[in-house]
Order: sequence, then structure tokens, then C-alpha cells
Amino acid sequence: MGTQVGTSMKIVHSLLLALSLAGAAVSAQATAPAAAPAAAPTVTTAPAPVIEPGVAPAAAPGATDAKANPPAYVSTFKPDPHIGQPEPGGWKLPVQVTPTGERALWMHNVILMPVIVIISLFVLGLLLWVMFRFRAAANPIPGKTTHNTFIEVVWTLVPVLILVAIAVPSISLLAEQFKTPPKNAVTIKAIGNQWYWTYEYPDNGGFELTANMLKEKKDAAPGERFRTDADGVRLLATDNHVVLPVGVPIRVLVTSNDVIHSWAMPAFWAKLDGVPGRINQMSFTIERPGLYYGQCSELCGARHGFMPITVEAVSPAQFAAWVASKGGTMPGATPPSGAAASEAAAPAAAPAAAPAAAPAAAPEAPAATNQTDAPAAANSTEG
Amino acid sequence: MTDTALSPSHFEAHDDHAHHDADHKPAFFARWFMSTNHKDIGTLYLLFAIIAGIIGGGISGLMRIELASPGIQYLQGWASLMGGTEATMDQALHMWNVLITAHGLIMVFFMVMPAMIGGFGNWFVPIMIGAPDMAFPRMNNISFWLLIPAFVLLLGSSFVPGGTGLGAGTGWTVYAPLSTSGSVGPAVDMAILSLHLAGASSILGAINFITTIFNMRAPGMTLHKMPLFVWSVLVTAFLLLLALPVLAAAITMLLTDRNFGTTFYDAAGGGDPVLYQHLFWFFGHPEVYIMILPGFGIVSQIVSTFSRKPVFGYLGMAYAMVAIGVVGFVVWAHHMFTTGMSVNTKMYFTAATMVIAVPTGIKIFSWIATMWGGSLSFKTPMMWAIGFIFMFTVGGVTGVVLANGGIDDIMHDTYYVVAHFHYVLSLGAVFSLFAGFYYWFPKMSGRMYNEFLGQLHFWVFFIGVNILFFPMHFLGLDSMPRRIPDYPDAQAYWNGIASHYGYSIMAAGMLVFFVNILWSLFAGKQAGDNPWGEGATTLEWTLSSPPPFHQFETLPVIDPDSHH
Repeated sequence: MGTQVGTSMKIVHSLLLALSLAGAAVSAQATAPAAAPAAAPTVTTAPAPVIEPGVAPAAAPGATDAKANPPAYVSTFKPDPHIGQPEPGGWKLPVQVTPTGERALWMHNVILMPVIVIISLFVLGLLLWVMFRFRAAANPIPGKTTHNTFIEVVWTLVPVLILVAIAVPSISLLAEQFKTPPKNAVTIKAIGNQWYWTYEYPDNGGFELTANMLKEKKDAAPGERFRTDADGVRLLATDNHVVLPVGVPIRVLVTSNDVIHSWAMPAFWAKLDGVPGRINQMSFTIERPGLYYGQCSELCGARHGFMPITVEAVSPAQFAAWVASKGGTMPGATPPSGAAASEAAAPAAAPAAAPAAAPAAAPEAPAATNQTDAPAAANSTEG
Repeated sequence: MTDTALSPSHFEAHDDHAHHDADHKPAFFARWFMSTNHKDIGTLYLLFAIIAGIIGGGISGLMRIELASPGIQYLQGWASLMGGTEATMDQALHMWNVLITAHGLIMVFFMVMPAMIGGFGNWFVPIMIGAPDMAFPRMNNISFWLLIPAFVLLLGSSFVPGGTGLGAGTGWTVYAPLSTSGSVGPAVDMAILSLHLAGASSILGAINFITTIFNMRAPGMTLHKMPLFVWSVLVTAFLLLLALPVLAAAITMLLTDRNFGTTFYDAAGGGDPVLYQHLFWFFGHPEVYIMILPGFGIVSQIVSTFSRKPVFGYLGMAYAMVAIGVVGFVVWAHHMFTTGMSVNTKMYFTAATMVIAVPTGIKIFSWIATMWGGSLSFKTPMMWAIGFIFMFTVGGVTGVVLANGGIDDIMHDTYYVVAHFHYVLSLGAVFSLFAGFYYWFPKMSGRMYNEFLGQLHFWVFFIGVNILFFPMHFLGLDSMPRRIPDYPDAQAYWNGIASHYGYSIMAAGMLVFFVNILWSLFAGKQAGDNPWGEGATTLEWTLSSPPPFHQFETLPVIDPDSHH
């Protein structure tokens, strides 16, 4: 559980202010890719140094070259059938592995669910009682009462009180979800494409990876990588995972190159639309290593149901090793832009492009990225 | 509610002259194709809605068959059938999006709205306020006939290219940029034009209802004596009048973005895709009240009739609908909680949305209070009305869950939402449609429906839709996104239940319904003027069944002291 955030407007407002400031900071950190979609969506793929031959950013959805495990990092996770993916015959919200998710789950299970079940049963009970007690056979002469001010006031005020009781934790949950991630947050950028996701790690040298759904064995071309049970279940497994560290705040920037997509990760209580021309931001902290699966959640065309999301949450040390295996760097070691430039494995043109793009993009970034409409909303609340 | 309290002698006088010129009907073509008679136009609307409902319901059958088990089973075959050539997998998947789009648009614009407003509204609003007809009879006719080309355009769009495959695969929300740069070909243009025509039809109808209700009430029929069904149509007409022009503007900008190089919704040209969503939902949220408010009115009439008691808290009921209508205009962005809104915006829309639960609660409790102390008979219309009250409550409370912006982050665009809106529409609006249909069938046709078949229809349908839609809550909580043709094997269980049992039982119930209407139209026993007895106090029950071709040539006079 995260710390309780008060509902006073003062705190909310300062959060907002902080959030909008963070947005500007993020835009600057994210260098060229962050600014790109506002101006021209296609630019996003250009300056990113691509390390791995199998995952070129322009890879077609069908391109699923086998990912050779780099020497420094070995994925050891197996999908857990009870966490991070749908349960067979499941009827509950998924287990949450983030503090905000746990808090929201608590709110749903402990406040909302009992309230709606009790109200439904109360109405059902009243109806059944009235149907029995006032059936024509039992009550042949109908009454004439058509007004009772007291009862009408009661059934107006009681629902109001119930709604207030729901609204208070609901509003503070929102404030908690919008808390600005701290300085050491790891930023990734998820970019929706028809019909696959690409990811950038702007804090870690800006490398990029593409995640396509893994085909079933019967559908895969000869030699093409197909899904095994170690990858995850049908329709949810991707060739490349979004690797993220546990215990560290994660900031996810979501955008799109074509139509609107939505990056959803049920186990994190996370869902945010990728809108072309906008960069949306959300944050969470994963508490538990493992594999987590999600699916695109905004209708985006024919293969909307077939662009899943796989997050692999690992320890910070493993994360560092994975980043190194991708040719990236950790921000603590050297400044990200310098790291990108000094990266020997990167194509020669890319490092030159990245720093060059950064200063040019930075001044216009805060205005152009429009990370949510927080600044505008902050103004309107003052008025 | 309205006790009409007409003097008996007045009725007899009316009946005496009703038969000579009031029942002079035009010949077939003039009567049905050039109609200016509100009852005939109402009948046309109802027939249209039934046909559209069969098509829209059939499409949902295709969807449930495909979803009955994991994997893509039938889509490729259907897409090949539609296109005439062997369809690729992408074309087959596009076909899925065409199905969900068509199902949504047909059910909203061509089934529920025509039946509620065009059908029952046309039939009974003039009669209930003691008017001879609608204010603008010819405009009434064009309102109906605009629906035909609208429907033809929508159905026709399925046979022309729409991007990846044939037809408009944008969802009923037609979000940009999927509906602009994402859907090349004429299909989406046709669907947009279809919405334009259907919207124009509804706007004309709304103007007609507002004018009729404000200007053509019989002497003594004050606003506060109007039956609640009339109130519900009045509020609905205002929602239509204010919301539909916004939709028209939004989809016109879609058209110009698609065809004339504008960039209203294209970020690369300075536009914004989210602008479309704001405009769409500024229409779209009032639209859901447009679909349910007339149902509220129908249920109020029926509960009062079969409790043999006036509606409890009449003024509260009327102004609860007004409140729902007003608040319904300031909650739209709760459909957009995941688009990247600021925390303040999300907080506002969370709070505003919850407010709607208050007037809705007033209605639920007032219906139960109307029954309280009454002398209840459980004829088919009453069963549908009681079913409506409970099922709408279930759909309403899940709405309160979804209203929370922080909770909606996990629910948004999952089957939980699908379950929620089918509970308020398929088990709410549609239940009220059936309630109204059975309630007024004797009045419209002059014949009684078969009570046994009516009860059978209710119970089979009630069980069917609950098995069909309740598991969708579970699927949503278990994170199944909506609008996908295939799902992980773990979700096969509830999908199978919904498809195999739910849909089949529901469809069997519909079969009973069609048998009932056909049988009753030809062999039902004659209905008297008022088959429901002393509880039925509104003006339509003072007329013959079916009513004369022109009613109230001498206006009825409403007793100012009558109780409501």
C-alpha cells in the first residue's frame, strides 16, 4: 500500500503541478523519440540505436526471428498460471503486483463489491416481498397512498450518503494513481502499431525492441519461431518481453504510430491509450518478479485481438544485465546521451543522430508532447 | 398519475360519431407509404424495429457462435461468402469488426430508438395527451422514411471495401483515426451517411414530439397531469435535439477528414483524435438515456396499471427524468477514462457520473412504492416491468463501479463494460420494449396476445439473457478485452456458457415471441376497450381497440381535480 494521500484540493493541486513539471522533465529526458509523434509519428523509429538484428524497428508483424539469449542475461521465468494471466473459468479481478493496483483491488473488493451486491439483493428482496404481500389474492383492495415526503427524502439522501462514501476513497485512489514518479523512475515508451508494440528505453541509451505475438506451431512458417508453453499461453505470448525492474518506480509513456491502441496490463491495474500525436503517462511499481500478460484494449483494426503485451519483471541487477545485453546503459553510470554516443555496438549514424536531435527537440517538447492535459486542467480548477 | 376522469356522457357522444368519418382510411399505398397518421406511422416504426432487431440479433448470434470456443472457426467462411472469393485471415478478422459495428449501430439506431420513440411514442403520446395526431404529420412521415435509406446504407456498407476487408470495421463509436486513415474505401463513408440520415430522422421526430406535447394537450391536461410516458418522451426529445447535432458535426468532420484533406482529428495537421471522442460521447452519453428514458415511462404506466394504484411520487418521477437528462449531458468523458485525462478531469467525471445514481434510485424505489399497498396482478406486461426493475438495478450498480475513474482503469474496454451496458440495454431497454409491446398490443391490434405464450416468452428470455450476459462480468474481471474474435483458452468456460446456453435459450424465447404475435394477430380473442381494468387510467384505454383512424375529433376534457 502506498501512503495515504489526503483529498484536500491543496494536495491534489500540488500533485498536479508536480505532474505537469514531471511531464516536461520526461519530455526532455526522452530526447528525440518523446517529441517525435507530435510532429511526425514516423520519426520515432529513426534515431534509436538498434542493437539486435532480429528486432529491427520497422519489422513487419510477421518478423519473429528467434531471440538468442545474450550471454549476460538469462530469462529464468516461467509463466505462473495464477498470476499475470487469465484464470481458467476465472470470475475475479487478477492478483495485483503493484501498490496502486492492490489499493484499487481493495477498493473494488472491500467497498464497491459489497455495496453493489447488498443494493441488488435489497431491491430484489423488496420486489419479491411486495410481489408476495400485495398480490391481488392477498390484497384485493389497492391502497391510495401516492405521496410520503419522509420516505422520498430518505431514498434520496441514503443513496447520496452511500455515493459519498464511495467517492471519498475513489477520489483519493485517483490522486494516488496520479502521484508523480520520483527521479529514479525507469522510463519506457510503449508505441502502438498495427498490430504490434514497439518499446523504447530512453533512460537506458534509447534502444528499442519490437514485440510481436508468437504464432502457434501449426501457423508458423518453417524455421519461424513459434510459441511454446514456456513463452506463455496462446494469444498472450510475445517474441520479445518488456523487461522491467521490480521495486523501482516505472514510468510508462504510451503513444501510437497509426490508430489508437491501448496498453493494458491487468496485474498492474494499468491501462492507457496510445493516441497518435499525444504522449500519455502513467506510473507504477512492480513488487514481484514474474511474467505478466496484457492485450491491446482499444479497437485498432483487423488484428486488434492479436497484439499482446508481455512484461518480464526482474530484479534491478538482472535488469541492468539485460539492459547491457541490449547495448544500453544504466543512467547511474553515465549520462544517457553520452552513453548512447559512446556505444560501440550501435550503428554509426545513430549515435550522431541522437544527441543532435535532442537539443532541437527539447525546447518544443513540453508544448508538443501534451502529456495528458494536466496543465490545462490545473488552470481551469483555479478559475 | 393521470386519472382522466372524463364524463361518461362525453364518451358516448364521441363513440357515436366515431364511426362515420373517423374511420375512413386511405387506400393501401396512400395509407402506408404517404401516411400522415401517427398510429400508422407508429406501426411502420414498430415493424421496422422488429426487422432491424432480427438482423441485429442475428448478427449477435454469429458473434456468439464464433466466440463459443477458442480459435477462429467461422469468420473466414463468412468473409469468403460476403466477398465472393476466398478471404484471407486479415479479411476474416476485419469481418469480426464489421459484425460488432453493425450489431451496435443496428440495435441502437434501428431497433431501440425506432421502437421506443418512433413506435410507442408515435402511437401513444398524442392519444395520452388527448391530441388527434402529431403536430407535424408530414414531418412525422419523413422521419420514418429517412430511416429506410439510412438502414440500406448501413447494410450496404458491408459489401464494399472498408480497409482491411469489406465493410465498416470501426466499432459503433467510429473512433478516429481508425475510421479515417485506418479505413480506406467507401464502407465507412456509407456508415457515416447512414448515421447522418438516422440522426436527421431523430431530430425531426424530436421537434415533432416537443411541439406536440407543448401545444396539443387536451383542455385540462397540464404538464403535471401528463402520464409519465409522455414526460419520458418529452425529456428524450430534448436530449435528441441537443445531442444529435453534435454527433452530426463530429461525423461530418470525419467525412471531411476522410475525403477532403481536413485534419480535425489528425495530430499531424494540428488536430486531435481525442477531440472526436469528446464530441462523440457528448452525444453518446445522452444517447444511452435516450434509449432508456422512454422505457422508464413505459414501466411507470405498467406498474401503476397492474398495481391498480397511481404512480407513487409522480412529481419526483417526472423530475427525476429531467434530472437524469440534464446531468446526462455533463458526464460524457467517463467513457474516456483511459485516453490520458488529467487527474482533476477524472475526479470531476467520477463524481458527476455517480450523481446520476440518485435520480435513478428515486425511480427504482418509487416503482416499488407504487406496488406497495397495491393489488398486483402478474400479467405478461407486469412481469416484463418487474424484470426490468431488477435487471436495470443490476446494470445500474455495475455502472456505479465503472464510474470510478481509478477502478475503470482495469475495467475499461473489457467484457465487464459489455455486461454492464447489456444489462441496462438488453435487459433494461429491451425488457421495457417487450413490456410496452404486450401492454399495448391489445390496444394496437384489437386482439389479446396469448397469456401463456407471453409468460413463457418472459421466463425463457429472462433466463436466457441472464445466462448470456452475467458471465460477461466474470470475463471482464478476468481481463478479457471487448471486440476481439478469439481469446485465451482460460476464458473458454464462460464464453462457452454464454454462447451455448445463454444465446440458445434467449433465441428460443424470441421464437415464442414471434409465434405469439403471429398467432394473436390472427386468432387472438377480441380485446375490449380496456382489457386491464380500473388500473389503466390513461386516455388510450378510453378509446376502442384498435382506436379509430382519427381519435378525439372532439377534444376530451381533463377534470382539474383528478388525482395523479
